[in-house]
Amino acid sequence: MSDGHVVIVGAGQGGLQAAMSLRQEGHAGPVTLIGAEDGLPYQRPPLSKDYLKTGQAEKLVLRPAGFFDRKAIDLRTGIKVDAVDRAAKRVRMGDETLAFDTLILATGTRNLIPPIAGISRALGLRTLADAQRLRGSLTRPRRVAVIGGGFIGLEFAAVARSFGHEVHIAEAAPRLMSRVVSPEMSARFRAKHEALGTRLHLGNGVIEVTEIGVVLANGMEIVADLVLLAAGVRPNTELAEAAGLTVDNGVVVDPFLRTADPHIYALGDCCAFSDSRSGIMVRLESVQAATDHARAIARTIVNGHQAPYAAVPWFWSDQADWKLQIAGLAVPGATSVTIGEDTVLRFSADRLSAVETINNPKVHMKARKLLAQETVPTYSDLAARNFDLAMF
Amino acid sequence: MIKVTFIEHDGTETTAEGDHGDSVMSLAVAQGVDGIVAECGGGMMCATCHCYVDDAWFGKTGPRSEGEEDMLESAVTEVKPTSRLSCQITLSDDLDGLVVRLPEVQV
Ligand SMILES: Cc1cc2nc3c(=O)[nH]c(=O)nc-3n(C[C@H](O)[C@H](O)[C@H](O)COP(=O)(O)OP(=O)(O)OC[C@H]3O[C@@H](n4cnc5c(N)ncnc54)[C@H](O)[C@@H]3O)c2cc1C
Ligand code: FES
Repeated sequence: MSDGHVVIVGAGQGGLQAAMSLRQEGHAGPVTLIGAEDGLPYQRPPLSKDYLKTGQAEKLVLRPAGFFDRKAIDLRTGIKVDAVDRAAKRVRMGDETLAFDTLILATGTRNLIPPIAGISRALGLRTLADAQRLRGSLTRPRRVAVIGGGFIGLEFAAVARSFGHEVHIAEAAPRLMSRVVSPEMSARFRAKHEALGTRLHLGNGVIEVTEIGVVLANGMEIVADLVLLAAGVRPNTELAEAAGLTVDNGVVVDPFLRTADPHIYALGDCCAFSDSRSGIMVRLESVQAATDHARAIARTIVNGHQAPYAAVPWFWSDQADWKLQIAGLAVPGATSVTIGEDTVLRFSADRLSAVETINNPKVHMKARKLLAQETVPTYSDLAARNFDLAMF
Repeated sequence: MIKVTFIEHDGTETTAEGDHGDSVMSLAVAQGVDGIVAECGGGMMCATCHCYVDDAWFGKTGPRSEGEEDMLESAVTEVKPTSRLSCQITLSDDLDGLVVRLPEVQV
């Protein structure tokens, strides 16, 4: 049984899940959920997908206002935590302080602003406020330039094309979504976006945003009256850092998602944790990581010692009529085997480590199951079965 | 308005009203019904919005959508013939009065 005061900093998808899971696990003490954004906690994935089409902000809300009262979760929004005093076990917001027994950092990320001249002319897409602004500017014909060929830039581009806008994407890397998907999958999506009519500029990043558009590394100028900055994010680690906790591409946590301070945990987009399969420190930006971390932390707080965190990562991205699904995690240097038109298997050190699929939930779900097993199939196990996951 | 009643595993009943085109999942979430988690927000990615359509209504909710069957396989509670992912059931006038039962856990 746990009855201390748990304070959660950040009321996004992970922070909210932590509060809910604490109650589900039977935490009896007070729970305070503090979020810098105004309004009820909401989901971000639709911001670059359905929301841009429908504009229905109310559909994004994760739980209604009454839920927080019923669950005795003290939700305080529009309030930023300025500092954590570990010795006194207090957080400070403006001139108010609040004592905690356990602290969960769920502060997420913010847009990475590259040092490009004129970058302040570009819009970002991270929050509901960002999405509202973007949606508003898509109501008349636009020439759109997207900085960054990652998930968010591509999802936005697909929606903008469906509205008939002219769309360019400039990406400094030689291929799309290069940090997360295989070269084979990048190539498939390149063909897809080109077929949608989006102009791709790969290996050719934006070096300047001007009054009339953007300038690319090779000198090419693209006329644009709407520039989206989607060049990645930075974890919000300042609170942890100022409190003397280790930060290395995220708040560093142990296999129980705890920082070096036994009373402070970190989750989701803002934390760096050890991938249980590869042993590599990773920081994942996904609903799955945020919510699975939250549940694991709640179990530890309420029930004490747990098995090390080992959930299989999964992710999705909707681009036009293609749903990309990724199960597992491919580490740098992973090799690929392409199966048919829609599946890429990725191997690390001869073992299956990730599976990427397009519109193939069956293989995706099978992959999630296989990757969760104690012993994950090797390359030769799979080769002997013609790389058919259904044979396992 | 289209009425839907959610019966949770412990017998708690909640009735909510939604519009044409809403999903049964979004109605449950908007109402704060505990038995639906809906982690992926209706993206058909998580199978944490599993429900059992009441026998009397089963014929009316239509067939499972493409891919739903595969996702249901990973639901953590028993999948029955009446199992659906509630994010894939869209409200229409002939579903007014719909009753769905919720499993004990979703994750
Ligand atoms: C446009 C877009 C599309 C996406 N699409 C997908 C997708 O398809 N699939 C997927 O799996 N993931 C997707 N993601 C990623 C997913 O939304 C995130 O991984 C997830 O929201 C992370 O949850 P979190 O709780 O760690 O952080 P967040 O949800 O970002 O929440 C962090 C919150 O903390 C608050 N905060 C920060 N510092 C403080 C402070 N000092 N005091 C108080 N509050 C603070 C912030 O304001 C923010 O509200 C998408 C993200 C975006 C932006
Ligand atoms: S809400 Fe995720 S599958 Fe229905």
